[in-house]
Amino acid sequence: MSLIYPRSSNAAHPAYDFADYRSTGKRHPQKPLIIMPHTLSELTGPVYGHDAVRDNEFDLTMQHKAEPLGERIIVTGRVLDEDGRPQPNTLVEIWQANSAGRYIHVVDQHPAPLDPNFTGAGRAVTNADGRYRFVTIKPGAYPWGNHPNAWRPNHIHFSLFGPSFLSRIVTQMYFPGDPLFAFDPIFNSVPDAKARDRMVCRFDLDVTKPDWALGYQFDIVLRGRNATPTEEPHDD
Amino acid sequence: MTDPTHKPAGITPSQTVGPYYAYGLTPRGAYAFRDAFADPVATADCEGTRIKLTGHIYDGDGKAIPDAMIEIWQADSAGRYAHPRDNRARANSSFKGFGRCGADKNGGYAFETIMPGIVPGPDGKPQAPHVVVCLFARGMLRHLYTRIYFADAAAANAADPILALVPADRRNTLIAKRAGDGAYTFDIHIQGGDETVFFDV
Ligand SMILES: [Fe+3]
Repeated sequence: MSLIYPRSSNAAHPAYDFADYRSTGKRHPQKPLIIMPHTLSELTGPVYGHDAVRDNEFDLTMQHKAEPLGERIIVTGRVLDEDGRPQPNTLVEIWQANSAGRYIHVVDQHPAPLDPNFTGAGRAVTNADGRYRFVTIKPGAYPWGNHPNAWRPNHIHFSLFGPSFLSRIVTQMYFPGDPLFAFDPIFNSVPDAKARDRMVCRFDLDVTKPDWALGYQFDIVLRGRNATPTEEPHDD
Repeated sequence: MTDPTHKPAGITPSQTVGPYYAYGLTPRGAYAFRDAFADPVATADCEGTRIKLTGHIYDGDGKAIPDAMIEIWQADSAGRYAHPRDNRARANSSFKGFGRCGADKNGGYAFETIMPGIVPGPDGKPQAPHVVVCLFARGMLRHLYTRIYFADAAAANAADPILALVPADRRNTLIAKRAGDGAYTFDIHIQGGDETVFFDV
């Protein structure tokens, strides 16, 4: 099956230059991007299937001697293309802060405790239905230096390859109803409210396990549609 | 419940990789998490000329960016991609064609790989040997696409259909310089006078 990658779908993404997120100032191109056709080089991409992932890597609560502190959660969802077709065998990588909002990264010096039983990194590969599943703990909110009293909403970082280098995406998953949404320039860099909402997972009682963990659903839609000649040509 | 007939209204938007990706994406022994990707990119069984590709990543003030991450994707020495869409791909090769590197504190990166071959391009025209690049960083809400071509393939570069789309006075920003035997340097300037050409794909 051959896929096309309509350029128009990129309208969902933030602009490279977004003044409210100060660090974009010196880190966005000022010259026009060169529009180019998609060649075999872009229409292919790295293939990493089940052999790339080990059994314990989907469960971030089982990577150390004891369990991490915090609210245990299950995060699951389907990886889809723009036509809604499941994307099997796709590598999903995540990283996150611990329950106190502290990253294990050496650069994070936020005065909240590290958890010796939590690294905060995981990976999984989607099954035949495009479904992935992680067990982790709910990450805490954390302060950052963008503006006075700036706090990031609770979030988990996601990285996916999908079927080609054009479907490559790094994003963040947020939790429903976060009071920090209104104040977060990274979340609000996405111009369309419906597109912002696609970054927010959904609480699901069917995923929730009694006496054990709350469950959330987070579907991820990657670039790529079925190649149909009557649809938008890929060299638009 | 998930409705299998539900058609998504759009793609999931991009968000910055942030400053703390390393322990998940490029742990390299510094964190208690296994690397998913082999580094170097070149594997024992792959044919071709071994090359070392190094460079630095700079912001609009010419300051090195220590919290950038660079990914490369390339064909093998015969111009074949290790991907099902390339029906010339060799099924048994362990060469994956993908590399990922977190910048060091000086904004530097390095890949040990092989010189890619000539790749088929639009309208059957060949493309000069090149490496496709995705660049991520704190302060970047979306990754940027660029390409690395090689200075010693001048004739192939002159005929390359993608380089031909780039204004002549900016093409040099896409060409890695030779820095000795099998060594090439390619610096990336996200912004400023030497701004690297980035592609809208
Ligand atoms: Fe974060």
